[in-house]
Amino acid sequence: MTLDKLYDILSRYAESQGIRLNKDKPFVLDIIQGLLTNEARYGYRSCPCRLAKGIKEKDADIICPCVYRDPDITEFGSCYCELYVSTAWNEGALEHQQVPERRPKGLRVS
Amino acid sequence: MSPDKPKIKLYTLSTCSHCNRTKRFFREQGMDMEFIDVDLLSGEERERIMNEVRKLNPDCSFPTICIDEQVIVGYNESKLKKALNLP
Repeated sequence: MTLDKLYDILSRYAESQGIRLNKDKPFVLDIIQGLLTNEARYGYRSCPCRLAKGIKEKDADIICPCVYRDPDITEFGSCYCELYVSTAWNEGALEHQQVPERRPKGLRVS
Repeated sequence: MSPDKPKIKLYTLSTCSHCNRTKRFFREQGMDMEFIDVDLLSGEERERIMNEVRKLNPDCSFPTICIDEQVIVGYNESKLKKALNLP
């Protein structure tokens, strides 16, 4: 899977969900590169912004799109990585703020 | 900020775009920094470094940025500039 191909797939997927990819394409390509790196490393597209355990069952909640994406977009307009965003966030109608980690502490590598 | 160069240490993930943005920020400012990509570590070394991260940032999230004694979590350009006394 190439970077550009995955970008196109995820872009169409986001639109089908009523959301968007962040319009900052270089930033998004960097995130997607991280997803591809994690896929090669672990066998699944673990969130590139979080430290994975490398065991699928233990990382299940942070396989992209993570289970925290939708509540984060609802509350902040973007997911933790700022990959998936609302249209309002992309249009600048929402303040861009740092999304706090919603993943419960007990599930994180610590 | 002390007149000496600040000591900058980053705890990062090699895959994380917020971490990459943070590294780029310091490079663009021409500032020396040390960074550790924790995802590239394993075993005892990772545990030892995560112990350091936990003491600085109990959330154990990335990037965790140390500028002298100050800890900043996540990429926040205005916080970084303030900590570095930059305009």
